[in-house]
Amino acid sequence: MLELIPNQLGYPLLSLLIFLPVAGGVLLLAVRDARAARWTALLFSLAELALCIPLLTKFDGSIPHMQFGESVAWIKDWNIHYRIGVDGISVLFVALTALLTTVSIMVSWTSIQDRVREFMIAMLFLEAGMIGVFAALDLFLFYVFWEAMLIPMYLLIGIWGGPNRLYAAIKFFLYTLVGSVLMLVAILAVYFTAGGTFDVLQLMNHQFGRTFQLWAFAAFFAAFAVKVPMFPFHTWLPDAHVEAPTAGSIILAGILIKMGAYGFLRFSLPLFPHAAIAWTPTIMVLSVFAIIYGAYMAFAQTDFKKLIAYSSVSHMGFVTLGIFAMNSQGVEGGLLQMINHGISTGALFLAVGVIYERTHTRMIADYGGIAAKVPVYATFLMIITLSSIGLPGTNGFIGEFAILLGAFQYKAVYAVIGSIGIILGAGYMLWLYQRVAFGTMTNPHNEHLQDMNLREVAAALPLVVLVFWIGLYPNAAFSVMHASTENLIRHVHAKTQAPALPAAASAAGAVSGN
Amino acid sequence: MPQTLTAFIGQLDPIAPEFLIIGVALAILVIDLFTDRKYKAVLGWIGLAGVICSAVLTVQLMQEGAHGAFFGNTFLLDPFANYFKLVFYVSCGLGILVSLKYLEIEDIHRGEYYALMLFATSGMMLMASAGDLISLYLGLELMALSIYVLAGFMRRDSRSNEAGIKYLLLGSFSSGIMLYGMSLLYGLAGTTNLNGILAFLKGADLGNPVLFLAMIMLMVSFGFKVAAVPFHMWVPDVYEGAPTSVTAFMSAGPKVAGFAVLLRVFIHALGPLHADASTVFALLALLTMAVGNIMAITQTNIKRMLAYSSIAHAGYALVGLAAGGPDGAASVMLYVLIYAVMNMGAFGVVIMLRKAGVRGEEISDFAGLGKTNKTAAFLMLIFLFSLTGIPPMAGFIGKFYIFKSAVQAGLVWLAVAGVLFSAVSAYFYLRVIMQMYMYEPKEEFSLVRSPALALALAISVTAVIIIGVYPTGVLEFARASVMGLL
Repeated sequence: MLELIPNQLGYPLLSLLIFLPVAGGVLLLAVRDARAARWTALLFSLAELALCIPLLTKFDGSIPHMQFGESVAWIKDWNIHYRIGVDGISVLFVALTALLTTVSIMVSWTSIQDRVREFMIAMLFLEAGMIGVFAALDLFLFYVFWEAMLIPMYLLIGIWGGPNRLYAAIKFFLYTLVGSVLMLVAILAVYFTAGGTFDVLQLMNHQFGRTFQLWAFAAFFAAFAVKVPMFPFHTWLPDAHVEAPTAGSIILAGILIKMGAYGFLRFSLPLFPHAAIAWTPTIMVLSVFAIIYGAYMAFAQTDFKKLIAYSSVSHMGFVTLGIFAMNSQGVEGGLLQMINHGISTGALFLAVGVIYERTHTRMIADYGGIAAKVPVYATFLMIITLSSIGLPGTNGFIGEFAILLGAFQYKAVYAVIGSIGIILGAGYMLWLYQRVAFGTMTNPHNEHLQDMNLREVAAALPLVVLVFWIGLYPNAAFSVMHASTENLIRHVHAKTQAPALPAAASAAGAVSGN
Repeated sequence: MPQTLTAFIGQLDPIAPEFLIIGVALAILVIDLFTDRKYKAVLGWIGLAGVICSAVLTVQLMQEGAHGAFFGNTFLLDPFANYFKLVFYVSCGLGILVSLKYLEIEDIHRGEYYALMLFATSGMMLMASAGDLISLYLGLELMALSIYVLAGFMRRDSRSNEAGIKYLLLGSFSSGIMLYGMSLLYGLAGTTNLNGILAFLKGADLGNPVLFLAMIMLMVSFGFKVAAVPFHMWVPDVYEGAPTSVTAFMSAGPKVAGFAVLLRVFIHALGPLHADASTVFALLALLTMAVGNIMAITQTNIKRMLAYSSIAHAGYALVGLAAGGPDGAASVMLYVLIYAVMNMGAFGVVIMLRKAGVRGEEISDFAGLGKTNKTAAFLMLIFLFSLTGIPPMAGFIGKFYIFKSAVQAGLVWLAVAGVLFSAVSAYFYLRVIMQMYMYEPKEEFSLVRSPALALALAISVTAVIIIGVYPTGVLEFARASVMGLL
């Protein structure tokens, strides 16, 4: 079973990762000057990145256990602990969060002119919240980070967003909140049923009754499905993406929507395996529906950002398809595809942001034929487009391939529909690229378009490197996650083969509780 | 004779905090006569000093472990009562701090104001300590009468007059119902003593319809005080019309006191009836959360919105009452403390917007506050997210404990309703945040600045964040204090 291996680095690595941005945010309260605020935020985000070096190099990928563990009693009366640790499932997300936050701060350098200090504070708090979500191993702590994160994201969209930002911000907030609060009740029910603990590792070993599992899974599903977002809970995403500032979109697409799928892997599957199996057919159908529907909608979009938003719905359909195939290819593919999607969609939103800052339009029709004017930009966009399509040699290919393998083992028909989704994806992305970069220049405003500057290249470069690195040497990522995903699948299968408690016993347990 | 007098005074120890508060109130009335209009604030500070000294006395009593029933079992000194007294000191202290400048602006700076506030506080303290229906009623009326006057304190303002008279009429009506319920209970049990009633109920036929009627009548009248739906009709008008500083105090103090007696009577004295009471409380809670949260959405006046929000919060606390048991009671106690602090904070910011000539009561008056006054807007942001119940603010801890006890008591459906309504509440709280941060300021106007108000806000915001991040201390305190009750 999973263990929490205490941190042996001599310094609390994960706590530093969580609280360094908080410290940065508090420090920024004292900074008046916009320039100083930008530099302070950048330095803190770079320090976070630096902390990711020991995180990745000292991480032992050969064992499935939770590493760099820390555990301190927090609220004794309720048996709540500040308990954190990372395994192969979460460690890469922590690193990705640190990377994308840095990228976001760099792309916001000139595009955010209004209330710079507040913007940077929100970014840093958001980073802390996201890392906290991935590191938390106590359900209460997890929930605190999960909800607290809404505040900076809401403000990012609402204050620095586009014209229709108010609507988008509140829609984002309410959708996610409604899903989350249902999970909160389920967390409480889990706590009492399991005899008064929020400890995730301990809960994983608890055998919940079948009826209880179905309900609890449904409540957790409400929170995670909205976040992913799965069809039909996805309608907040296009609005939020379109209105959010570039940095907000990058974080939203890169990290936030991954948390839903992460939640499935970390909580739903190991805690409620019976329910997960029972729910699988539904989720598989919803997943392929999202794949096709997202792609179909992407074709119809005239707005650059909205197109990418719908492509995210489609891509996240692949992720859930892989996870719920519940075999090693599927789960590993799904997990890798989350990272991939974070990189490539993050980069796509970066690309939109770069050009939007110059032209102030997101309409695809306003572009065309800009490849000759801005060759560096066009090359960058090309690489990212191909990664998003899943061209062999890029990261997207590996992930989608593994997912389809997994889905095929589950049921061939899902793999077939998934493949159609890939073809559609190639269609709308290439068509997008064609309309933006090639053809004749119809819009005279684009005559004097400036190419990407050094700062923008510096922000984009790490993402491009990762596209090829994972694409050509996927083992770098697989070796980190392999032990943990294998263990997860073994755990689910072992628990579903053992008989679940009879329904009556668990219902009584929920009531009598602690 | 002197010996008897000393002996008598010696007996007064347990009630010393109440005496001190009343003494200071009387002193304020006298000093008021010799105080120039310009220096009325001194009276407020005297009142505050009185509250602090009284708090010290209460803490001393707690440390001595003084515990027991006094004055013919009409006055109980136990951890439960002391907990609530500390909450009242906090509400009254913050209430005085937010009043000082406001009264000046409204030109109603008179000594009686502070005296009435202290009288109301002493009434609440008596309510928390009541061991008998009679002393409970005395405390409640002492509190209510003072607040009626405070609500109508702006003599020249018709809204304030309306508030005062409306509260008085409806309040008297609810007192009548309460007395009716009490007399029925007395008729059955033959005693007005709470312990006596408990002893009677342990051997009585609980299916007696008269008993049920008495219980419902007490619920109605206490429900009126805590603004539970459907006894909430007075709240929006009174909250809107009363001077804002009084509204702030009213939304914290009397409501908390109402919950103190609800707990004392329904968890302790009528404990054997809790199975029935629980169902009624659960329905009341559901209604209260629904009406409070839904009605708040349509409000354009911030005081009315906060009035409906305070109704909704009473609904959450009622969930804890429906849950019952030590954890249910402790969750209500923790909740009202957190609620009092965060709500006082929110009202403090509303008061900052009040300038001569500008009422500052419309939600649209908050437009652009995030630009014109960053600190005030940021504080309001924290209070509003706390009221919504988003971590890491104290409001989350309060709601978490409430819903935790509900799930523990098997009221999962009520917990689900509660969390969904608290998601609804996000909508109207966020509207204020939107105005502050996402709209441009309409006109330049500087806020009220006063050190007392700043102090009140600093205290509230510190408490909201500390309780939110590290609730262990207050949580243990609330859980330990419930022992006096059960």
